[in-house]
Amino acid sequence: MNAALPRWAELGLLPVLNIVLALLVSALVLLAAGQDPVAALHVMISGALGSGEAVAYTLYYATDMVFTGLAVAVAFHCGLFNIGVEGQAYVAGLGAALVCLFLDRLPGLVVVPLAIVAAAGFGAFWAAIPGWLQAKRGSHIVITTIMFNFMSYALMVYLIVNWLIAPGQGAPETRTFAPHTWMPRLGDWLAPFVIAAPGSPLNAATLIAIAALFAVWLLIFRSGLGYAIRVVGASPRAAVYAGIDPGRHVIIAMLISGGLAGGVALNEVVGGSHKLLIGFTAGYGFTGIAVALIGRNHPVGVLLAALLFGALYQGGAELAFDMPAISPDLVVVLQGLVILFTGALGAMLRPALVRVLGRRAPQVAA
Amino acid sequence: MAAAVELRGVDKRFGAIHANREVELVVERGTIHGLIGENGAGKSTLMSILHGFYTADRGEIRIGGEVVTISDSRDAIRHGIEMVHQQFMLVDTLTVLENAVLGAEGGALLGRRLPAARSRLVALARSYGMDLDPDAIVGDLPVGAQQRVEILKALYRGAEILILDEPTAMLTPQEADDLFALLATLRAQGKTMILVTHKLREIMAITDRVSVMRGGRMVAHRETAATTAAELAELMIGRRLASGLAKSPAKPGRALLAVRDLDVPGANGARRVKGVSLDVRAGEIVGIAGVAGNGQSELIDALAGMRRPSGGQIRVGDAAIWPAHRFDAAVLRAAGVAHVPEDRLRTGLVPRFAACESAILGHHQAAERGRLGLIDWHRVAAATRALMAAYDVRPPAPWLRSSSFSGGNQQRLILARELERDPVVLLVGQPTRGVDLGGIDAIHRRLLAMRDAGKAILLVSVELDEILRLADRILVMFDGAIVGDVDPIGADERRIGSLMAGVAEPLAA
Repeated sequence: MNAALPRWAELGLLPVLNIVLALLVSALVLLAAGQDPVAALHVMISGALGSGEAVAYTLYYATDMVFTGLAVAVAFHCGLFNIGVEGQAYVAGLGAALVCLFLDRLPGLVVVPLAIVAAAGFGAFWAAIPGWLQAKRGSHIVITTIMFNFMSYALMVYLIVNWLIAPGQGAPETRTFAPHTWMPRLGDWLAPFVIAAPGSPLNAATLIAIAALFAVWLLIFRSGLGYAIRVVGASPRAAVYAGIDPGRHVIIAMLISGGLAGGVALNEVVGGSHKLLIGFTAGYGFTGIAVALIGRNHPVGVLLAALLFGALYQGGAELAFDMPAISPDLVVVLQGLVILFTGALGAMLRPALVRVLGRRAPQVAA
Repeated sequence: MAAAVELRGVDKRFGAIHANREVELVVERGTIHGLIGENGAGKSTLMSILHGFYTADRGEIRIGGEVVTISDSRDAIRHGIEMVHQQFMLVDTLTVLENAVLGAEGGALLGRRLPAARSRLVALARSYGMDLDPDAIVGDLPVGAQQRVEILKALYRGAEILILDEPTAMLTPQEADDLFALLATLRAQGKTMILVTHKLREIMAITDRVSVMRGGRMVAHRETAATTAAELAELMIGRRLASGLAKSPAKPGRALLAVRDLDVPGANGARRVKGVSLDVRAGEIVGIAGVAGNGQSELIDALAGMRRPSGGQIRVGDAAIWPAHRFDAAVLRAAGVAHVPEDRLRTGLVPRFAACESAILGHHQAAERGRLGLIDWHRVAAATRALMAAYDVRPPAPWLRSSSFSGGNQQRLILARELERDPVVLLVGQPTRGVDLGGIDAIHRRLLAMRDAGKAILLVSVELDEILRLADRILVMFDGAIVGDVDPIGADERRIGSLMAGVAEPLAA
């Protein structure tokens, strides 16, 4: 019989215990590497949350994780494991960059919205092809989206190196966009209020991410389209029974998923670096899978998990910087441990908690 | 002589559910012992304990007078206990011989042992009057023969006590008769059998003694000769069943569902429905009888819009539905066709959805909406609660997961959803599969009330009793075609059985 935990324990206590466990194991790893775990933890926490600038960077990274986490979650509600968010975000960067590079004679109020549309559109297009192949040809979405990641790497390197590279320079990147096409920075606005973060890359894409969280919640749990997507994901045969075309909704879900992946391009390309760089997605698409899993594919969970990963990312960068004896690879190990304990082993402590707090699932009359 | 099986004070809990309470059971050697009870009465748990799938919390098991511990099926086999499951545990692509020795190969190398096994198996089959080719591929055999292989396999492994779980569920009446003849032979040779079923007719026909379970308790033991089906039914459900259905003669009107020369492909593209024509008129129930797998499922799927036909015509009322460019379940629903699917958990509901989410399956476009055209789940849940009250779905909890309801309550929820929208035509597949006796009665009354309200109802069931009870006309399906059109009043069950088995001359439909 299923034993149920009280809601607060399921959603609050269990994840916290998992993170504590991850930190304890991390401490052992650091000890084994001859480092002081307490000092390291202190550097990570203060590096992620210790100052206005630290918080701004954490939020900047968390914005990427919100977009990729939502992208994975929407596809997942349709029963699709979209491994290709990384490539979709990458191609979305092309769309955003093309607008910012070639339409910059238009005013900023026109270019920036166009860049948003282009990023979402390119991402959606890159996701829709595997979706179409799954719906019409039965090609498995996991395989095709992985292949589309590799295709996006090759395509983007080719385009940047051969066509979009700034003239007369060696680094494989485009020229810096004209300032009026940049996503507005938030650092200056926020300064008078909470966090003084001049010069941080935090930009308006974060506001778009917050809007996206709410919009995805409405879409998945309140709209007719979201209902249809969830039916297809939960039981394709029930969808056919209900007159919901599974193939059509697979394509729609992938379009939405790819469009959300495009948010990374807004944050990184239009808001952060103001140019298109090779590999700007830096693995956020893959982290998005962990974010969605830990966040249980619910926007609130995605938000919390994205904040955790944003903090890990920023704190880890500080750690590698402040304690050079801790190599960047060790930082990745620490981040991996958190993913392992909160994601893959997320239910490990559940039986023990059930024994302590458990109440039995309500009995169902036969 | 000690009894073959003795269960004393067997008690088993699953969390809050007390599946077996202090159960006592004595099965004498060389008898056929019936075990009956509604779904959830605890029969399966009890038999699983005897077979080593579960271990009892308390109580003891004696086999031939000796107290034994049975902690897995290997222990059970060592004590001569074998189970013949409802879903056969056979490998379709292996031969009868290979299946029989499976798990009893007696070593890593088969080669030299197979001839010895073959002669033993053939001798065994002959001694029980079974006619089986040891080299036939199991998947090619009819269902009745597959079941004999399953029994033979148990005997080959030295079974003295056979547990048969709903053995006739998949059989035609003739095959069931053959099975009972085989069981009688086994009994004559001293084997002991426990027959788990909910079909009282079979209990009356074949068993020596019968034990009745209800709510986890053993409520009665009877000599079969000294009891009646009515008494057993009463013991099973704990109250008296209203005797028979008050079924008035049908007053059919015009044809609301008209099907002509319909061809429907199966999953692998082969034609599974072959040129079927039928009419279902307002105010009548047309029953489709047949052994499972003869195209009934594909026929219903096509009429519900879930599977595209490859030829023929479908009309609902005055509207031509097929052939047409757009053909899916939404089109059929819009035309007034409601569908209670045979596979309710995978098709009729979404198992992990809350009941109120499942309650708008197929109708989410018409669900209660709030601002921005978004679904207003509070109102949907309130409507679902009202629906649950009207159709006696228990517990009336719209936010409970669909899969947490018992089979009968899931079925009532689906019926509620499908009937509530006032359909013109009602397609019903296996309406009472897995539903207990009290629930069956309520569902049957509901269907008859719909008929009397002028709906056209097409009923597919593998339970011939159910079709005989409800239908105003019976169409028999065999190998994708309709091979008989029978009036249920005074129908000869054996004749329908022969039609179902494809051995009678087909009648002109």
